[in-house]
Amino acid sequence: MNRGELAELAEATLQKQQACRLRLLVCCGTPCVAAGAEAVVAALREQLTGLGNLADLELVSTGCQGPCSRGPLLTVLQPGQPEQVWEKVTPELACTVLNTALQQQHLPEQNLLPQDWPFFNRQTRLVLANSGRIDPESLEQYIARGGYESLAQALHEMTPDDVCDGVVQSGLRGRGGGGYPTGLKWQLVRKSSGSRKFVVANGDEGDPGAYMDRSLMESDPHRILEGIAIAGYAIGADQGYIYVRGEYPVAAQRLRKAIKDAERAGLLGSRVLDSSFSFRIDIRIGAGAFVCGEETALLGSIMGRRGQPRIRPPYPAEAGLWGCPTLINNVETFGNIPSIFSIGPQAFSAYGNGKSRGTKVFALCGEVVNNGLIEVPMGIPLREIVYEIGGGLANGATFKAAQTGGPSGGCIPAEKLDTPVDYENLQALGSIMGSGGLIVMGEQSCMVDVARFFMEFCLDESCGKCVPCRTGTVEIYRLLSRICNGSASQRDLQTLEQLCVMMKDTSLCGLGAAAPNPVLSTLRWFRQEYEAHVKDRRCPAGVCSMNELPLHLLGEQLLQRISALRCDGEEY
Amino acid sequence: MPAITLTINNELFSARKEQTILEIAREHGIDIPTLCHFEGLEAMGGCRLCLVELQGSPRPVPACITKAAEGMVITTSSDKLIEYRKMLVELLLAERTHTCSICVQNNNCELQTLAAKLGIDHVRFDYLHQQLPMDASRERFALDHNRCVLCLRCVRVCDAVEGAHTWDVRGRGSTSRIVADLDRPWGNSTSCTDCGKCVQLCPTGALYKKGATVGEMKKERSFLNRILERRRLAAQGRSL
Ligand SMILES: Cc1cc2nc3c(=O)[nH]c(=O)nc-3n(C[C@H](O)[C@H](O)[C@H](O)COP(=O)(O)O)c2cc1C
Ligand code: SF4
Ligand code: SF4
Ligand code: FES
Ligand code: FES
Repeated sequence: MNRGELAELAEATLQKQQACRLRLLVCCGTPCVAAGAEAVVAALREQLTGLGNLADLELVSTGCQGPCSRGPLLTVLQPGQPEQVWEKVTPELACTVLNTALQQQHLPEQNLLPQDWPFFNRQTRLVLANSGRIDPESLEQYIARGGYESLAQALHEMTPDDVCDGVVQSGLRGRGGGGYPTGLKWQLVRKSSGSRKFVVANGDEGDPGAYMDRSLMESDPHRILEGIAIAGYAIGADQGYIYVRGEYPVAAQRLRKAIKDAERAGLLGSRVLDSSFSFRIDIRIGAGAFVCGEETALLGSIMGRRGQPRIRPPYPAEAGLWGCPTLINNVETFGNIPSIFSIGPQAFSAYGNGKSRGTKVFALCGEVVNNGLIEVPMGIPLREIVYEIGGGLANGATFKAAQTGGPSGGCIPAEKLDTPVDYENLQALGSIMGSGGLIVMGEQSCMVDVARFFMEFCLDESCGKCVPCRTGTVEIYRLLSRICNGSASQRDLQTLEQLCVMMKDTSLCGLGAAAPNPVLSTLRWFRQEYEAHVKDRRCPAGVCSMNELPLHLLGEQLLQRISALRCDGEEY
Repeated sequence: MPAITLTINNELFSARKEQTILEIAREHGIDIPTLCHFEGLEAMGGCRLCLVELQGSPRPVPACITKAAEGMVITTSSDKLIEYRKMLVELLLAERTHTCSICVQNNNCELQTLAAKLGIDHVRFDYLHQQLPMDASRERFALDHNRCVLCLRCVRVCDAVEGAHTWDVRGRGSTSRIVADLDRPWGNSTSCTDCGKCVQLCPTGALYKKGATVGEMKKERSFLNRILERRRLAAQGRSL
């Protein structure tokens, strides 16, 4: 395929879509499938078959449309009419919608989401522009929405240096957690010398509760491929790898199909879009280790070694896969690339706040009314995410804290609800942007218990290479458990703090260095809760059961009991 | 190799580029504690005892692996570093079962020496009391996991020097363990050449030569039997 043919295909597909009198988009993201989306699709398909599969009626199984806790979702598009979305759709409801729409009657109001619903209105969807709008397995539908146009533009109108400069201008920073300026990284790899170069997309997403990357890979796989290919052109690589978490078989299968389709269409493989650029992408599957998300461990894993971080420098940009310069970015980072070139770097950097430009995808979960996947401009106040997009707390609970960054992040207390959500501001609060998990907690959550949950995760996921993380996580977990079961002393609290600070400073990789963050941040904002557990042996949130005595109280109790006994063992 | 100048503990030193901070410090008699590092093996950076403060770096850096660079300003000992090192050794002592008094390596153990040098007289953390197995299936050597500090010297020397790559690590985090030949009893290992390099490099009593522990010593008297028999007969005026 050349550039002209790409534009023709886009035009043709678009016309076909516009000619439809009714388009039904059923969300078939994993949460919606779990809620029964497949039955909805089957029912609609049967109806359509009954009608003789008319060309002007289209049924599309899309990726995630956003409000996952309200699935299955059905979006109805009719020319000249505003788009309408139904939540919690049953096969019956879906058929009623279809039939009333065909008869041009009033569509059912049952489970219809309001037109001006803030969950949709307050979002800015760049990375997720196609998620929930296209069939992820259809190359044409991606192309119809301007897909691969950015790649064509890069290959035919720009030099590799121009591409790197464009990414620098956009102000994009890594979405995998660290927030390193992406353009700068590309330039570094471009300048490194090596016999070969590689591009690696990090789709290992191991944070508990986070599913942005999975959803992106499942809903819009071609976008990631396009981003990686543009990166390959920019840095001078001919091979890319996508490292997909082992627990994401659907994502891997969609990406595989997307690669095959793109290669067949000449959008990947040799002489991409009739240019002199050749590029292959392969999938590598992880084997269930959080630490393999760390870049050096991930590269080791791709090379067939034990997934264990190594000391940097040398950074992968100098010596990565098989010693060659390697660009590694998060899949969401790559997902931003096509948008940067389709709207222009300037327009992209117009979104955001301070040094954080563009948008960020969050997996909003916990005790909010609207759980789901959202994309917001950087710098949006946390309050707006929780109360407008999230619809406030469920069951009328009061907001207590929001956890960002998963096991490497921290908790943001209620008094900081107006903080703009960007890299710098979250860090100043002792949390991190992380990959985009956002858990909202109400009064019923015990902060010590939350810290313990994340420490348990880290102790399980530590690779065991360095001492502070391998043993420190176990010791911190034990200290937190003691605080939770009421057997801790003031001394334990002191040891806990010492150990957290030491681990942060001495661990080899980011896992160990960031593992104390949930503890340190809850100690910072909710110290009184720790004190209540230790001093008063009381859990303010009522979560922990104080069923064990600290040693000094145990001794006291024993003494009392003994002194109450006569020497013959009888009570006085 | 180009020469560079750097400051260690307020003193200026000149060194060759490509040297690590540890090498330079040791050349000049400055002591930095180490455990996982062994001169001549590829550095791993796991024990974190050699951490030193580097001006401009937000966190301390491991001396055994960090290459020196022009103008570096390094402090090898400070209250903070000493406290960190103490905590690290305490973590190691708490992690497995280091009962020196009944250990083959008592008085010749690097972990014990480190603890003594750092003045560790108690451990502030919970002892984890892991009950790990021993592997005494090899004829000449044995492995006691309870004394292993996971420094991986054995893994590296076996791979890089002997070329056998018998040792590896299984599991992760605190359940990591050294394994021979993809987790077989050492006695069944076909790759092990019995060279004993791992045993010699092991800093603790985890890998040891059999026959050295309390109660293991067996007398080897058979070679004397003939002589003694002859003497007995001679005393009686008889001959063999
Ligand atoms: C313990 C640990 C886990 C990580 N997990 C992930 C992950 O799941 N996905 C990811 O993209 N980056 C992860 N990272 C960050 C990567 O090391 C790396 O910084 C990132 O992939 C770079 O891409 P970016 O610049 O686009 O963010 C992790 C880092 C650490 C220390
Ligand atoms: S910090 Fe933890 S995960 Fe990272 S190298 Fe050390 S033990 Fe492994
Ligand atoms: S057996 Fe000895 S040399 Fe091998 S890792 Fe354990 S302590 Fe280190
Ligand atoms: S999966 Fe359907 S809305 Fe997210
Ligand atoms: S000696 Fe440097 S980390 Fe162990």
